[in-house]
Amino acid sequence: MGRPSPPGPLSRPTRPPPRERGNACGAFCQSLGMVVRLRSPSPGEVGRGGGRGGQGVRALFGLLLFLLLSFPPAAHAADRIVVGSKNFEESRLLGEIFAQLLESRTELQVERRLGLAGTQVCFEALKSGAIDVYPEYTGTGLVSLLGEPAELGRTEAMNRVRSEFLRRWNLWWLSPLGFENSFEIAVPKELAERERLATISDLARISGRLRGGFGHEFVGREDGLPGLEKTYGLKFASVEHLQQAIQYQAAGDRRIDAMDAYTTDARLLRYNLVILRDDKNFFPPYEAAALVRGETLARHPEVGAVLGLLAGAFDEDSMRALNFRLQEKGESEAVVALDALRALGLTGGGAESPEPEHRGAGFAAYLWSERQTLAKRTVEHLGLSAAALLLGVLVAVPLGLYLERKRRGAESVIRVLGLLQTVPSLALLAFMIPVLGVGIAPAIVALWLYSLYPIVRNTYSGVRDADPRAVDAATALGMTPGQILTQVRLPLAAPIILAGIRTAAVITVGTATLAAFIGAGGLGEPIITGLQLANARMILSGAVPAAVLALLVDGALGWAEKALRPAGLG
Amino acid sequence: MLAPVATPALEAVDVSKTYPGASGTPEGTAALAGVSLSIASGETVALVGESGCGKTTLLRTFNRLVDPTAGVVRVEGKPVAETDPIGLRRRIGYVPQDGGLLPHWRIERNVELVPRLLGWDRDRARTRAREMLNLVGLAPDIYARRYPAELSGGQRQRVAFARALAADPPIILLDEPFGALDALTRLELHRQFQTLQETLHKTMVLVTHDLNEAFRLAGRIGVMKKGRLLQLAPPDELTTQPADGYVRELLELRHG
Repeated sequence: MGRPSPPGPLSRPTRPPPRERGNACGAFCQSLGMVVRLRSPSPGEVGRGGGRGGQGVRALFGLLLFLLLSFPPAAHAADRIVVGSKNFEESRLLGEIFAQLLESRTELQVERRLGLAGTQVCFEALKSGAIDVYPEYTGTGLVSLLGEPAELGRTEAMNRVRSEFLRRWNLWWLSPLGFENSFEIAVPKELAERERLATISDLARISGRLRGGFGHEFVGREDGLPGLEKTYGLKFASVEHLQQAIQYQAAGDRRIDAMDAYTTDARLLRYNLVILRDDKNFFPPYEAAALVRGETLARHPEVGAVLGLLAGAFDEDSMRALNFRLQEKGESEAVVALDALRALGLTGGGAESPEPEHRGAGFAAYLWSERQTLAKRTVEHLGLSAAALLLGVLVAVPLGLYLERKRRGAESVIRVLGLLQTVPSLALLAFMIPVLGVGIAPAIVALWLYSLYPIVRNTYSGVRDADPRAVDAATALGMTPGQILTQVRLPLAAPIILAGIRTAAVITVGTATLAAFIGAGGLGEPIITGLQLANARMILSGAVPAAVLALLVDGALGWAEKALRPAGLG
Repeated sequence: MLAPVATPALEAVDVSKTYPGASGTPEGTAALAGVSLSIASGETVALVGESGCGKTTLLRTFNRLVDPTAGVVRVEGKPVAETDPIGLRRRIGYVPQDGGLLPHWRIERNVELVPRLLGWDRDRARTRAREMLNLVGLAPDIYARRYPAELSGGQRQRVAFARALAADPPIILLDEPFGALDALTRLELHRQFQTLQETLHKTMVLVTHDLNEAFRLAGRIGVMKKGRLLQLAPPDELTTQPADGYVRELLELRHG
């Protein structure tokens, strides 16, 4: 099935969907990479702070407000529709296009949950009803979600996912948007012209003289390089395993001669690369389309009709051009989406540009212009953290006391909680999804799990080690175990327990930035979006407040620790 | 001459305490091995011996901080095993080595501890606490509102005495009460102790490793070794008729 993509500089989303083919792993691994980057600010955040009290009260208030306003059921008010997307530009852009189109053509209130961490998250969110629609690719549906071999042609693939998704989950694939975003093999344009390369078969002829540079996952997967080599008889002189970002750079500098890429990635344009036709149809088709809940369509038939307007609206070139504006020019998806809809004649004429561009302005000006969003994100962030911490205290303090009482097995329980601490945050968030879906609930549960260890540990050891001579005297003079606990051990352990809560609070506030990966909002939202758009200012607009927040929380709790320290102790 | 008709205040009959075997001691360790003694009301008995000889363990059987594995302990004639430990402890004063004051409570609150546990009303308990502080030579106006950390070691120990006496218990157990004090302070507190003895007539058991202290303060001295009570006698009898070589050696150390 010839991909209609003309061999020419191709562009594609930074984080291409096909990469997620096999399973969610791709998405998560990739996100984990991001986690590392995201996490790095935390040590700084975790440092000591200088703040005063009041934070707790406000956080609590924020939490209540937050829970009232945005718990999942609220998203399901009858006249609301929630649009999701994955966490790379193209998917976000399509999500934004869906959202704007629905806003302008229906009476529905549209909520955006853009940038969810990969296929699995989106899919679970859709199944659970946390979102109503998101853009998906047929190949991903076939291979990752149905777990079937990718041997079908373009039309057959669409027919297959349509019938299976309908039968199994009552999920509807709407009309294809008109373009594919597939795995491709790209080579420098100059090389293609010199060697007259148009197809991968052409490449196979001369591959013995060429250096390949491929992504780690592509090299490892049977449906990646190994299968490709078998199908086409490719044999590169050398094969390097490279990070995606480096691949483009390396190909642009002619340090490698061939690489894996995605059809609509804008960097193909920037680095002057061309795609070779997959003349033996090795790669499955990845046709983009809206994937919608059947229940949503039944409730609001207009959703199907309106999104149907986008059938065949794009092709690979136009998509690449749109991605170019997002990836290379750093424009916001709201602006690009509006332009795209205008060009298609789908929005009512002279809508003003929804977002002013701040690229020229200073960081402070940017923060100011974003203040409303940031305030909302901050409240979300504090709400998530406070909820998790509150639950953590409610569970961990009694648990610590219980373990102190039992002693036997206490250390093992604490060790297990400590192990939990070492589970990468995003992996933990990912584990939550099948059970709790996406959004606030799984994020709170994950953060809560992280908060347990420091509090349990400190409660246990604080109470256990509370001045043994005072405890002995209290016993000898006839205090009951209950009196000893409440009047002696707990007051004496209070500073240590509070120190544990403080540690947990800082961890929670720091880790809460990751909650945005599963659509729980918070200050991680601008960080993740900024990372995908390579927009440093946007990243900082989330990272700086998050760091400040962590410092303030640390400072406030440090103050509380002092204030609540029983008089008479040092 | 005649055997005392009155019930002994404290009594131990063939009391043993074995701790479950630690590694390397399959039989377990015997902290007490068949100790019997009887202490009359108003008497002060010192228990002496090297560390690990069981003197503290024996002391702690009287208020059920330790439950013996064999034998019977009686307080005022009643077997403690049949007594509620909480009530028992509130009727027995206790002075540990370093005072054991609750660091987060003011001095007066520490002294009020047992009266308050016994359900006295606050005013009565507070009045009592001030009396007790006066009794041990600490001016309440100066010390009552302080925290233990603001007092010297000797002052803290006085507070511990005041606390032990506050509910007027007939029996007081003292576990190395002067152990952590410097020589001068110790001497001062010895004097205070003797005064209290003369005025209050409590039954007291004093654990100490200081023989001079035992000779000065106790009516009778019990010498312990490896969980056994070797001899229990008044100081002069101990000197003139030591029960065995160990007691004699120990007494020689006192003069050496």
